[in-house]
Amino acid sequence: MFIASKDALNSYAAKIKGAASAETTILVSMGTCGIAAGTTPVLKAIRSEIAERNLQNAIDVIEVGCMGLCHCEPSIEIINNNTGKRIIYGDVAESQVAAIIAAGSDTPAQGTRTVERTWYYPEFETKPASALQAKIVLRNTGRINPEKIDEYIAEDGYQALAKALTGMKPDEVVNEIVASGLRGRGGGGFPTGKKWQFAAVQKNDEKFMICNADEGDPGAFMDRAVLEGDPHSVLEAMAIGGYAIGAHVGVIYIRAEYPLAVKRLQIAIEQAREYGLLGKNIFNSGFDFNIEIKYGAGAFVCGEETALIHSIEGMRGEPTFKPPFPAIQGLWKKPTVVNNVETYANVCAIIRKGADWFKSIGTAGSPGTKVFALAGKVSKVGLVEVPMGIKLRDIIFSLGDGIKDGKAFKAVQTGGPSGGCITSKSLDTPIDYETLKGLGSMMGSGGMIVMDEDDCMVNVARFFLEFTLDESCGKCTPCRIGNRRLFEMLNEICDGRATMETLDKLKNLSRTIKDTALCGLGQTSPNPVLSTMVNFEDEYLAHIQEGKCPAGVCANLIHYEINDKCVGCTLCARNCPVSCISGDRKQKHYIDQTKCVKCGVCYQACKFHAIDKN
Amino acid sequence: MVNLKINDMPVSVDDGVTILEAAQKLGIKIPTLCHIKLDCFHVEHRCGSCRICVVEVAGRPNLAPACCTPVLEGMDVKTNTLRAINARRTMLDLLLSDHPKDCLTCAKNLDCQLQKLAQEMNLHQVLYKGEQSTYNKDLSSQAIARDLDKCIMCRRCETACNVVQTVGVLSGVDRGFEAVVAPAGYKPLNQTQCVFCGQCVLACPVGALTEVSYKYDVWKALNDETKTVVVQTAPAVRAALGEEFGIAPGSITTGKMVTALRMMGFDKVFDTDFAADLTIMEETTELIGRVKEGKNLPILTSCCPGWVKFLEHQFPDLIYMPSTAKSPQQMFGAIAKNYYAQKLGIKPEDMVVVSVMPCLAKKYEAAREEFSHNGNRDVDIVISTRELADMIKEAGIIFNNLEDSKYDDPLGESTGAAVIFGATGGVLEAALRTAADWIAGTDVQEIDFEAVRGLEGIKEATVNVAGLELKAAVCSGLGNARKLLERIKNGEAQYHAIEIMACPGGCLNGGGQPYYDGDTTILEKRKEALYRDDKDQKIRKSHLNPSIQKLYKEFLGEPGSHLAHELLHTKYTPRKNW
Repeated sequence: MFIASKDALNSYAAKIKGAASAETTILVSMGTCGIAAGTTPVLKAIRSEIAERNLQNAIDVIEVGCMGLCHCEPSIEIINNNTGKRIIYGDVAESQVAAIIAAGSDTPAQGTRTVERTWYYPEFETKPASALQAKIVLRNTGRINPEKIDEYIAEDGYQALAKALTGMKPDEVVNEIVASGLRGRGGGGFPTGKKWQFAAVQKNDEKFMICNADEGDPGAFMDRAVLEGDPHSVLEAMAIGGYAIGAHVGVIYIRAEYPLAVKRLQIAIEQAREYGLLGKNIFNSGFDFNIEIKYGAGAFVCGEETALIHSIEGMRGEPTFKPPFPAIQGLWKKPTVVNNVETYANVCAIIRKGADWFKSIGTAGSPGTKVFALAGKVSKVGLVEVPMGIKLRDIIFSLGDGIKDGKAFKAVQTGGPSGGCITSKSLDTPIDYETLKGLGSMMGSGGMIVMDEDDCMVNVARFFLEFTLDESCGKCTPCRIGNRRLFEMLNEICDGRATMETLDKLKNLSRTIKDTALCGLGQTSPNPVLSTMVNFEDEYLAHIQEGKCPAGVCANLIHYEINDKCVGCTLCARNCPVSCISGDRKQKHYIDQTKCVKCGVCYQACKFHAIDKN
Repeated sequence: MVNLKINDMPVSVDDGVTILEAAQKLGIKIPTLCHIKLDCFHVEHRCGSCRICVVEVAGRPNLAPACCTPVLEGMDVKTNTLRAINARRTMLDLLLSDHPKDCLTCAKNLDCQLQKLAQEMNLHQVLYKGEQSTYNKDLSSQAIARDLDKCIMCRRCETACNVVQTVGVLSGVDRGFEAVVAPAGYKPLNQTQCVFCGQCVLACPVGALTEVSYKYDVWKALNDETKTVVVQTAPAVRAALGEEFGIAPGSITTGKMVTALRMMGFDKVFDTDFAADLTIMEETTELIGRVKEGKNLPILTSCCPGWVKFLEHQFPDLIYMPSTAKSPQQMFGAIAKNYYAQKLGIKPEDMVVVSVMPCLAKKYEAAREEFSHNGNRDVDIVISTRELADMIKEAGIIFNNLEDSKYDDPLGESTGAAVIFGATGGVLEAALRTAADWIAGTDVQEIDFEAVRGLEGIKEATVNVAGLELKAAVCSGLGNARKLLERIKNGEAQYHAIEIMACPGGCLNGGGQPYYDGDTTILEKRKEALYRDDKDQKIRKSHLNPSIQKLYKEFLGEPGSHLAHELLHTKYTPRKNW
């Protein structure tokens, strides 16, 4: 199929949409997470069940990307195409498939877990009162087969590109993005339209449009979900950007650890080329655009745009000083726009529906939505897309269903290792780029890690710092050596070797690193330390002044003792990995503190509450 | 023009200038460490990695590195706020916390920029103590020693190796706290395509990169009664040695140097300049031969071992191009051991030939297999200008008070043509002087070939040599050599003769010369000194050197003779480029 013009696209789209669909559609979540959780055998079971019942004409099975329901993968969605009624099943086992098919699309099968739909699609649905999520970025993810371009075209795919190329001048496209107020979803929150504007005004025969798909925050997988679930939306947006700034080459820099995303991107690029939606003279407009893929080796710092550009050029992936900014002098010293996956995934909707529509969602300063990877101690981990301005409480306690095992909420870390922790007193703040910054954290790329009463905040700070320590390129002094010293001081605190002077040094050095580091990675690396020091000063003081870890996490500061409730059942002694518990049967046991490794196995094993953790 | 204020003082500077340069204009010194600018080679290393030069800029949330922040209209810069001072001191503190601080025994003691900074910034204790990174020392080569424990990641060496020289051996490896500059895969230097030019050593502000020292070997030889120890000194040494003793840059200290060497106990003090004249005899003969035949052109000079190794690695298909003449150092060794030893009636193995060179690659060159016979090297020990200065100091010789004295005969006599070997363009000019005479058959008076002088990287000239139009090029710095060779390879340029020196500016800026920490005016002065020395010589053409004429008459016969080929010529080996 070759689509030579806008009209050809419209008639082809109409043809696909008009094709008779089956009575029922089953969407099967085939993202990396779903596959890892065992969707493949479930899919197989569904297909054979349908074949067995001879329902091939009545039921369409579509392999889709991530639906965002990590907490209950494998997940499937059954849609009645006549009534529009839908059932979402979670934790689907092969053994349940027959019952699910038998139950049909109107009532859930017995003995299964169903999941409430918490989202709506602002582009083509009105908001139900209960929907906390609004999917713009993820509008197709979890709905269409990412390996079939026709399904994308049926969902208004490539309409935005057609509109831009045949009905708008490049500066009109730029202005539309400027007007929409779209901001970079990769971390900094820089206005996307402005970036495009800078590059667009550069006089140069060669410019580049780069997609930053080097997602590397621990626990973050927003971009992966988009690339696995809706790769064409990124390709289309890059082409629109290319048209807007005058670039004819797009480069997707993706970490090689995302093999499924890479595969689906490759397929998507191939199909788009075949359809003439990438390549020469797209929609007969005279505009040429091609996209190539470059693989990263998974260095976190390569998410920084100058480091990313160096990596593409075959150099060591480390940042250089800005200015010059990439929009002026980027890849191969040519004007270059670097946007991340999620940012691109907003572009087509903005072009299709207009800047005003986009601004009607979210807050005045941060229009649109944000995808968060909700993780940690929350009951329902998963991928959520929420309008800017939502309260953290709604995300954690409504979408995430509160804290696991009935424990108490302690803090939430946004912005990944570069962000900060936010406490319960700020849970009702409407969040956008500015408010998060005001809370000592940041939007970042959208990792959201929830912590409960069992988490030691000094240890949490150390955990995040260890990550940046490993991922620092080592170029500038504050990040290379300064972060190491911070880490060593946090070790001292966790080990009970620190003094109040350590705390002073920790604070001063953290501030200096923020003030002096070369790139965003270094400038934000002390955030977890500073924000925990502000919000959980008492925990730091307990470690230093009382030699105690209030959460009972820091091994050097806790010890286990057997109290008089001991009945001498010997269970603890039998479970102790270092055999440091002794005592006769039916006699009180003792722990040899010199040998104890504080693993906590005895504490968990005891059925009589006879072991105290101090 | 851009108008700004630094420490409340207004200043106007050109667009694109950095805060550092604007401050310099006001006489404000902002401390730097990683930054280096080599004006005469148009090289600036501005990686902004050390963060020592951070200053406060009004309205900017974080501090700005002065060395790479361009000025903006209306900028309000403060260099000495408490915030800036604290940050600067913290950067230095952190660098020192990860540094061995063994200054007293460090090869760079008193030549170290980090040490100097600690002294200038009055840092008397390290606050942020912690683990230090450690690596294996690399002593694999004869020329360059690497002690990465001392590396401060300023990356200057990388710019020297990759940008200036395009050799591409050194780069950042590993990451985070372990990040350091090393060859890929931590390969020892002798297993890489390193050419041992030593530009990285000159660039290194600390003791991470130094020369492999042979001072003690020299002391041992001097104290060995069974050995006759002769020394040769390269042309560029005399124009820089004085700097090590506080004598103004650009002073020629040949006489004092010869006296000092004698006082140290060398049996004979000779001059590499003599061998330079000899090189001209052989190389010019080859040049005229190739030009007349029109074959294997252009002829490339082969004096520089760094350049020769670069060619062997990077352009193995062009190894027919360089002159087969050995370098002056190696010609000297061959003549000393095969001619002069005979004259003295001693066996070659009882003679020790020591070279004082501005160069570190010479250490490697002397150890090349083809320059040994029966396990006996033509040149036994090579020390740098810096090492000679160290030895003079160690010997308790008050250099500045020494009387001048002259080189010994016969290998000490030389001409003005030889002394300019120390500057880029000098070898070619010396060859042209001899070629002109030989072709014209007269004593040509026009002998100053100004077009091939100066520190620019690539110079081209069409010179009329006694009626023959010779197209010549002079190139210094291997990055420039690469550009030129690529053009030749692609047939975009044709020359008869090309002089190439590995180090930018030639031997006067060799890896073994006194450190100048970016002050390239010193290089200009060294160059001027060499040309002044040339002017001051009675004889300024190599073939008119009486000792050279005698050598051919007594021993070698004609230039290019069979014996000359055996002793004074060599061959080249293609090498891997990784």
